[in-house]
Amino acid sequence: MTDILLLEGIDEPGLATIEGYERRGGYQALRKALRMPQADLVDQLKVSGLRGRGGAGFSMGMKASFLPQGDMQKYVVVNADESEPGTFKDRELMQKNPHQLIEGIVIAAYAVGATKSFIYIRGEYEHQADVLDAAIAEAYARGYLGESVLGSGVTCELHLHRGAGAYICGEETGLLDSLEGKRGNPRLKPPFPANQGLFQGPTLINNVETLSTVPHIVTMGAEEYARIGVQNSSGTKLVSVSGNVRRPGNYEIELGMRSRDIIYGLAGGPPEGRDVKLWFPGGSSSPVLTKDDLDLSYDFDTLAKAGTMLGSGAIIVVDDSNSVVDVCHKLAKFYAHESCGKCTPCREGTSWTVKMVGRIKDGTATPMDLDIMASVQEHIIGNCLCVLGDAMAMPVASMIAKFRGEFEAQIEAARERREQAFLTGVGA
Amino acid sequence: MTIDPSRIARFEHGSRIPGWDDAVDLEKDPAGVPDPASTPVPEDLRAEIEAQMARYPDRRSAAIPALYAVQRRYGWCSPEGVEQAACVMRVTPGYLTAVATFYDMLETRPVGRHALYVCTNISCSLCGADELLAALREEVDGDPDFNLRGFECLGACDIAPMASVNGQYVGPIALDEVPELVAQIRAGEPPLPAKQLERRPSADPKAAVHGGGAA
Repeated sequence: MTDILLLEGIDEPGLATIEGYERRGGYQALRKALRMPQADLVDQLKVSGLRGRGGAGFSMGMKASFLPQGDMQKYVVVNADESEPGTFKDRELMQKNPHQLIEGIVIAAYAVGATKSFIYIRGEYEHQADVLDAAIAEAYARGYLGESVLGSGVTCELHLHRGAGAYICGEETGLLDSLEGKRGNPRLKPPFPANQGLFQGPTLINNVETLSTVPHIVTMGAEEYARIGVQNSSGTKLVSVSGNVRRPGNYEIELGMRSRDIIYGLAGGPPEGRDVKLWFPGGSSSPVLTKDDLDLSYDFDTLAKAGTMLGSGAIIVVDDSNSVVDVCHKLAKFYAHESCGKCTPCREGTSWTVKMVGRIKDGTATPMDLDIMASVQEHIIGNCLCVLGDAMAMPVASMIAKFRGEFEAQIEAARERREQAFLTGVGA
Repeated sequence: MTIDPSRIARFEHGSRIPGWDDAVDLEKDPAGVPDPASTPVPEDLRAEIEAQMARYPDRRSAAIPALYAVQRRYGWCSPEGVEQAACVMRVTPGYLTAVATFYDMLETRPVGRHALYVCTNISCSLCGADELLAALREEVDGDPDFNLRGFECLGACDIAPMASVNGQYVGPIALDEVPELVAQIRAGEPPLPAKQLERRPSADPKAAVHGGGAA
């Protein structure tokens, strides 16, 4: 089976220009899609089994079919706020092959009947934003975007909107609020964006990689695409491998590949003499796995069964030279900084977790702190407006569960040091 | 009733909301939408913000682009700049300040003109980002021209440890390249050209083997 669609020839010079993309057969999928009835296109997306590549892994065809029929103003919003630590796949796709994304957006917008689309790109990606802006202008000039796409009478407007540095704007409703010019606070769901999203209109929100896959599905046919991968996880996926590996980078795999083959085979594994201690299978929000889990098949269902998730497809490898307490502290600090503060369990839970892990680090914690920390995580999970709180609580809880011994050893070592210092003081 | 602002207790540890720790005039009415007659707005700034507003169904969507425009002009989201943007957008300065304080890239205090963000998230710190940030701090040595800060994941873990130099991604940066990098930024030259992300080929060997074919 094929395992390369999105990255195929991605380093070809000039691919980012419209001539380069057309030379490779670009925008043929759009022509084919415009000849199909809209309902058939949505059906094709369902049949393909394409699941969202941004993190949640929800069926894209299902999501598209939730949008109501009718003449109201609908929107397609592209989530290019790639801010999950460890993830950098969308960056490469947007920078090197922007027209693949634009073609996917136009097809998706036609399928759901949306006439206005927005790409919300994170503010830090300045170069990628420039590339996309240029590509959008080219696509308008060639008639792939505008009031009548390729003379078919279908309208598709596309604008690029730059964010300004906030992790929470990768959460779909936080993103919508930010795009509406507010602080990027997540909304209470339901209503879901498919019914009431951007400017209260029905909105389809998808990740860059998901939409970049759409032209390939149209070209090769949904049945053909569904044959790639394994049951319930069809297609190819970009995995971003980083951390303690010899060849970090983006790799395209057929879903269902063995995790060991990704980490050791493609990315070269940890440096000489080191071993994998723990790894995040889907960004820093996914519960951690250990070296015993390296033989798991890398697909949505297998990872869910192992108590974690495929998430955004970002594998972070931590080798045995690192302390799990340090990793935990870094992780908690990130989420505490990025918590928007709208709901209490997340705002308080993240900042208290940082304080408690900090105490373990500097040696002022007691063994009881571990239990309190674990219980704080339990109180966060499932009690927040969005999943940011869970995104910290799940990996932290998994680290405490799987590496409890190391946390306790650090606390005990610090206690002994203090005791020794006290006794020396008394003796003097 | 008169209130003495200096007698209002503040949290000792301070707040991360700018202005919160400073005494304010509590008798003053909250600012409304600035009056165009008494708020001079530079023509090019007005034109830029109005062009942004026209792109969205709701003018408030232009909040972030407008604040970027203010920041490009004044170096930071200064109170005068925010008032001018608010005047064009017909919102209160408070509304725009609330937006500006939410986002890491919008500066609500004066900063140096060279933005130097060092990613200190998990992947980068596993590869020595904290040491890199410390080395850069030492090299920059409090130069007010620099806006050096540790930043959350910049989405470039493949070139860890890395930094964003005025929006240009550079990495992996070795510790002995730090003096060269800082000198290049001071001189206005491109930072470490050989290590810029834009020039980096894809890591996936398959991407190079195949080529051509259907899109």
